[in-house]
Amino acid sequence: MTVPAELLADLCAALDPARVHREPTEIALYARDASLTRAGGPVAVCFPVDTAEVAACVRVARSHRCAFVARGAGTGLAGGAVPVEGAVVIVLTKMDRIRSIDVARCVAWVEPGVLNLDLNRAVAPHGLRFAPDPSSQQACSIGGNVANNSGGPHCLAEGVTSAHVLAMEVVLPTGEVTVLGGLDPDPAGFDLRGSFVGSEGTLGIATAVAVRLLPLPPCVRTVLATFGDVASAANAVSAVIAEGLVPAALEMLAGPMIGAVEDFVHAGFPREAGAVLLAEVDGMPAATAEAVEVLLRVCGEHGASSVTVATTEEQRALWWKGRKSAFGAVARIAPNYYLHDTVVPRSKLAGVLEQVDAIAAAHGLQVLHVFHAGDGNLHPLLVFDARTPGVLERVHAAGDEIVAVSLAAGGVLSGEHGIGLEKRNHMASMFSPTDLDAQARLRDAFDPDGLANPTKILPAGSRCGDLQQVPPGVWV
Amino acid sequence: MNRTLEDFAHAVGPEGPVTVVGGRTRWEVGGPLQPGVREVRAPSGVVTHEPSEMTVRAGAGTTVADLHAVLGAVGQTTILPEQAGSTIGGVLAVGHSGIERLGWGPVRDAVLEVRLVNADGELVKGGGPTVKNVSGYDLPRLFVGSLGLLGLLGEVVLRTRPLPRCRRWYHAPGARPASLRAALYRPLSLLWDGTDCWVQLEGHPDDVEAQVATAGAVLVPVPGPPPLPPQRWSIDPASVEAALTGPPEGEVCVAEYGVGVLHRHQAPPPVVPDPAVGRLHQRLRAAFDPTGRFSPGRSVLP
Repeated sequence: MTVPAELLADLCAALDPARVHREPTEIALYARDASLTRAGGPVAVCFPVDTAEVAACVRVARSHRCAFVARGAGTGLAGGAVPVEGAVVIVLTKMDRIRSIDVARCVAWVEPGVLNLDLNRAVAPHGLRFAPDPSSQQACSIGGNVANNSGGPHCLAEGVTSAHVLAMEVVLPTGEVTVLGGLDPDPAGFDLRGSFVGSEGTLGIATAVAVRLLPLPPCVRTVLATFGDVASAANAVSAVIAEGLVPAALEMLAGPMIGAVEDFVHAGFPREAGAVLLAEVDGMPAATAEAVEVLLRVCGEHGASSVTVATTEEQRALWWKGRKSAFGAVARIAPNYYLHDTVVPRSKLAGVLEQVDAIAAAHGLQVLHVFHAGDGNLHPLLVFDARTPGVLERVHAAGDEIVAVSLAAGGVLSGEHGIGLEKRNHMASMFSPTDLDAQARLRDAFDPDGLANPTKILPAGSRCGDLQQVPPGVWV
Repeated sequence: MNRTLEDFAHAVGPEGPVTVVGGRTRWEVGGPLQPGVREVRAPSGVVTHEPSEMTVRAGAGTTVADLHAVLGAVGQTTILPEQAGSTIGGVLAVGHSGIERLGWGPVRDAVLEVRLVNADGELVKGGGPTVKNVSGYDLPRLFVGSLGLLGLLGEVVLRTRPLPRCRRWYHAPGARPASLRAALYRPLSLLWDGTDCWVQLEGHPDDVEAQVATAGAVLVPVPGPPPLPPQRWSIDPASVEAALTGPPEGEVCVAEYGVGVLHRHQAPPPVVPDPAVGRLHQRLRAAFDPTGRFSPGRSVLP
């Protein structure tokens, strides 16, 4: 690729040249994220340290009619941070300051490069927490959480990221710096904050985020229930919700995933179980005690082989480590995995899981289940070795069928990982051309020139004059 | 009025100035309409309610009271505030949350899916019916508080929640709101008029009693909140103390402490948006309603 010298010169003038990188290894590294998607390569990788530098990067890119792509920790699983060929990648990891924590008002202003877990560690001594807790929270950044509207186990009761973002300082795709939303409850005008969260860097770049913090609950009880088969566990999940109980978290691991996690972290899950349900309830003592009783009774009624309440914080932490290490544990089974994160109505969980298993078997693939059962958010991991000839095509075909059965059950395409590049061609199975046109209008209003992370979310042809091509060599 | 979504879209049609009418309980928000604007009504009635999913699909013309009557029969409700005659679509279009916002969050968080009619008279879906969904852009949130200027809501899917086992109001004469906020675990409401506090608690009766006992102030059971003046200000919650210190002579002002809503008699001053935000608004209007046929005269910004 010929590197436009003037673009590079302008970027080096806008930032310290030491923070404009274009070594081949870095170009290769920043051409991908944690998904399977591989693309060509960015023209440069910039590391701004403040809002003014982000805005400068955007303005330089614009002046050269060059696409720009914001990037956090790169843990995304849908290719949202994979740049189009020749884009300027703007990495936000050097903007990692917590600007302020207002304990009395339960608000913190944080920069996008702050890691999710670091934010939680910083506010915990004040008796506060940031509710979204993706399993990758040790590595993923708040900016990425905002871009993907990320979830996590504890979003069952508290809602995903959008419910916890009050305001954002952003660099718009036009290069303007402004604030969307506000600390006041009803900022005047359209909910631009709500539109921006989950837009995967296509509506601009957040350079500071005002997050809502919740008080740590006075009482937390965690229950581990084991079942002989997945269907019984899934039915127990549905029955818990039908009781009018919304636990803080309700997570499931099934089949061979349990053994993989045991080998990896020795969480104390019984290897012989068909499914393990990890349920947590929190709040005031009497309500929590009552909720534990409901969990014990409902799991018993649905044939649980064992139900254990954590008696120590160590035991609880170990169970959660088991749950949150599951994706890492998969590496012990096969070098690659691919997953969808469709959501289905909770009452359809058992049936859809059975269909997913049948789909994987029909394609000769192994599927592992670890997922947010309480909100019906599946994460079927198709595990494979990408060096096997023809396996990617089978994985791709199985993935398509998993999406189809999820949508047929009344579900949606993505619960928390986003659409990015990998899922964008499925958007037309959930939305009509008119629906997609409305989404494209929103995007165009923010980004009239189509330079902010082009080709993501919306399939080609969602709007008139959609000439953005998927990068060559991309597997989507 | 139980029309279908298709009938509604047909009534909106592709041209001519038009507005959607709900219960007219907040009709003045956003300013007066130009004369000669055609009025349409959204479909009404609960379409599907899945208690075990804790979601409900209903026509935007359904009154919140009717919705809550259906949900209440199986022990559920929504966080939409109930006011005589107000409709789901009206509440969402205006976007004002109820006084339980401190505990339950804003109404925008309750909306999972919207079906609306666009400026060409076509039906558009945004969001999805499940409790968790990040498939594509968040059109539902864009439409909450949009005053029907980007499209007309016809049907929505809302998240429901269990009716609390126990829900009680207390009056705390002379109590400091900051102390109450620190002492109570996630109260539903904490109101302050500069002198007294009112607190709403929900949950297990034992927990409510325990909270009252450890609140650090005398909490006297009362039937409900104090009367709230009609005007609504939205301010940074950090400014509530300053706003109520030395209030205007004789004016009653009740603050939603921790939220930042002030209920006053005086109208709030107009908000001047940042120019970049103003331009974004203009582009959104132009993108969704190029001819300005939806509720002409009305505006979300001054």
